[in-house]
Parts: sequence; structure tokens; C-alpha cells
Amino acid sequence: MIRFIAILLLLSLPAAAADIPASERRSGYDFMSPATQEMQRDDALNPAMLWVAEGEAQWQEAPSSAAKPCAGCHGDATASMRGVAAGYPAFDERTGKAIDLQQRINACRVTHQQQPAFAAESRPLLGLAAYLGLQSRGLPVQAPDDPRLAPALQRGEKLFHTAMGQLNFSCTQCHDANWGKRLAGSPIPQAHATGYPIYRLEWQDMGSLQRRLRNCMTGVRAEPFPYGADELVQLELYLNSRSAGMTVETPAVRP
Amino acid sequence: MTGLITRRIAIAGSIGAASLLVLRVPAFATPTEMAGAVAEFTGNASVQRGARVKLDLPPLVENGNSVSVTVRADSPMTDQDHVRAIAIFTERNPQPNVITARLGPRAGRAFLNTRIRLATSQKVIAVAGFSDGSFWSDQVDVIVTLAACVE
Amino acid sequence: MARALISVPKTAKKGDIIEIKTLISHVMETGYRPDAAGKVAPRDILRRFTCRYNDEEVFSAELWQAIAANPFISFTTVATASGTLSFTWTGDNGFSQTETAAITVT
Repeated sequence: MIRFIAILLLLSLPAAAADIPASERRSGYDFMSPATQEMQRDDALNPAMLWVAEGEAQWQEAPSSAAKPCAGCHGDATASMRGVAAGYPAFDERTGKAIDLQQRINACRVTHQQQPAFAAESRPLLGLAAYLGLQSRGLPVQAPDDPRLAPALQRGEKLFHTAMGQLNFSCTQCHDANWGKRLAGSPIPQAHATGYPIYRLEWQDMGSLQRRLRNCMTGVRAEPFPYGADELVQLELYLNSRSAGMTVETPAVRP
Repeated sequence: MTGLITRRIAIAGSIGAASLLVLRVPAFATPTEMAGAVAEFTGNASVQRGARVKLDLPPLVENGNSVSVTVRADSPMTDQDHVRAIAIFTERNPQPNVITARLGPRAGRAFLNTRIRLATSQKVIAVAGFSDGSFWSDQVDVIVTLAACVE
Repeated sequence: MARALISVPKTAKKGDIIEIKTLISHVMETGYRPDAAGKVAPRDILRRFTCRYNDEEVFSAELWQAIAANPFISFTTVATASGTLSFTWTGDNGFSQTETAAITVT
């Protein structure tokens, strides 16, 4: 009880958390139990690989007789997509906005394959994102370097530091100021989104970073931004810059 | 101070609501029901506790939705002397059976690894049936921690 | 068709004990869980898993609701001859799926 109050005391302090120094940055992987870590390390144990298999099939299959498959333009993903996912969200010329990897996949699907966009969190969309993410596994996260992304990046940073919801917590209060401590039975990680989409044991399912962000917002009793909202992409962009240089783990497992 | 307590209640309430979602089941099984399931597996033969069977799972589980469980039995796995079956039971899941595996000399080793759900902290039991008609078991008391950030 | 992943060594020496790992996409809906609307979702689980080695059953398992979603089952078998390992999952709502893996035994 005393510890619970102590945590709450910390969390109820005004947000003045400093950024985590580069030398102290740690992946969520480091906060997991050895059993869950093993599940991520061994592809034969990792349920996320079922989605990767789905994505690989999507990559190869033409969605209609009139449309080319992804591979028809992009060829072998293990070569053409190497390192690509590590640099998302990226600037989209067409809309003049930041878009994340799943929005890029859907944009390609609508524009070049003349197909309806995949629904958020649908199996083929998560599958393709996981399959493309895997092509960057082991590579460093690329910080957004397009100057046209600067405004979105700033808005993402501001959102990360904005208290919200009935509990009035900001991201930074948990993930910068109190990482490593526990909230109920769970350690608070540093919010480095280096392994998305992830297989989360809590979900018993695969999910995107947007699902996780919405999940966090529900946790602090805030109305979550809808899937695809600019605010979620801006947060993704800021998280990407915050984790720049860390290793891509997609497809990761988290508790 | 009032603000603190209010916030604590808010969080405790939210965690309570979350656990309700996870644990809302018709009823938990009981140790008696588990004993019944074990008896059905063994055909009412007596079960000995001992070194012939080893059940491995982490004593502290970070998410009860997926817990890696390994059972190994000490057997040469020959035609004459082998393990025929390995079963896992839980005391306080909604129902006691988890998995019953059938194997034999072709397995080479008496080994089973799977991932199970644990609704709450409880006892997990593994029972192995040997070709000589004997049954041996091992058990582990598991603590399932309550997750905070549930969806 | 559900996605399934099988990990079996491609080659083995005769007499080797090989470890097989299997994963399959399945919700393993327990039949105890209320959905978002408060209605309890009906049970939908895999109930049986079988492995055959050149058509001879070498391992099988009955499964219940306590098996985690996207079931993982790992076991061992002795590499006896080159040929095919087949893996069949059956369950509620007429679920039935078979996957195969080839092995060369020297």
C-alpha cells in the first residue's frame, strides 16, 4: 500500500521529466521475463511469425486479376524493403503529411492496386506491416530527417508531454520519469516502440503501435484518438525520433 | 491528501474492472474437480509424487494469457519401458483439464512443451502414465501477477 | 485456412531424437468470455492435435480451453526414415487442417 501511494505520489507530480539519456535507453524487451524474451528470440516460438507468414503471402498474391501483387513492382522484399520500415513514419508527398507504415501500405493498395484499404488491425494489414518490419529487424531505427516532418514531430513531442484523461497523466510521467518502477504487477518500460507490430500476450493477438497508444489513452481515461488520426501518427513520429539508433525488433512479443 | 486518495481509488477501481473482464467465468474449478479429472486420466490408479516427472513453469507469471509449460519424465522410452501419456491439470481455471498428450517409444524422449492460460494464482499439476501402469506427478504453485495496462 | 508454422529439421541422422515445434493461428475462444457487448462468445477451440510420421501416429494431444490462443505444441520424435511428417488440428465448428513437412534421414 505504501509503495502504491509512493508511485501515485510520483505520478501526481507535475510533468517535468527530463528525456532519458541515450546511454540509459532500454528496449521493452529488457523489462520482460526470460520466458517472454525467449518467445521473441526464437521465431519457432513467436506467434507473430504467423502474421509474418500472412504478410509474405499478401506480398506475393495479386489482389485481383487486373492488379499486380506488391512483389510485381517491389520485387523481393528481403532486398527491396531492407531497412525501409525502420524509417517510418515518413513524409508523404501526395497528402503533404506524415504517414506511418500501415498508411503507406494502404495508400499503395488503393492507388496502385485499386483495392479498398485494409481495415485498421486487420490480419492482412498487420501481416504486411510485420513482414516489412521483419526486413528491418536488427537495423537501427532511423530518425525522421525530412525537414518537412518538423511540424508533425513537434506536435508529437508536445502530445507526449501533455497530460490527458480523467487521471490527467502524460506519456512522459510514466515513461520518462518512472520507467523501471511497477504499475500493479507490470514494470513500466521506457516507451521505445522498436518492435511494432507486436504480439501482445494481453491481447492474445497481434496489434499495431496505434492500438497500443489508444490502449494507453484508455488507461488514463482519455478518449482515444481514432485509428489513423494525425495525432497518433505525430506520436509515432516522436517515438521514432526518441528511439533513433536503437535496434528494430519487429515482430516483437510483449506481455 | 484527498486528491491522492481519490486518485488511488480511481486506479484501484480501474484495475478491479479490468480483472473482472479477464476473470469473469461461471465459476472456478475446485481442487475436488481437479482430483476428479486426474482420476479420470489415471483410471483411478494411485498417483505417486516423485522425481520421475518434472513440471517446469515460471513461479511468477507476468501474463496469465500465455504461460510456457514444459513436462519431462524420466524414462528410457523403449518398447518395454516408456511413457504413454502426459497430462496437465489446473486447480482454479474454469475447468481442470489443459492438455492430455499420448506418446510412446517413437518419441525418443518423454517431453512436452506448450503454452497455457492461468486465470489466477494456483496449483498446476502434471501427471505421466508409464507403460508399467504406474502414474507419477509433479506440481508447481504459480503466482499470476495482475497486469495494470489491460485493454 | 489458418496459418500454421512447423519447425522440423530438414535432415537428421537415423536414430536422432528431433524436436518439433508447431504454431497455428486460432483464437481458442473459451466460451466463458463476454464480448464488448456483454454477450458471452460461444466456445471455439481446437480439440485435438495429431502428428503422423510416414502415416504412423507418433504423437497426439487432446486440448482444452486452457491452451493459449494461437496454440504452440512442441514434442520429440525419433528420426526413423526419410519421408513426411503430417500435422492435423481439429476442433469446434468443423475446424480441420493438415500441414506437412519433409525430412531426409541418412
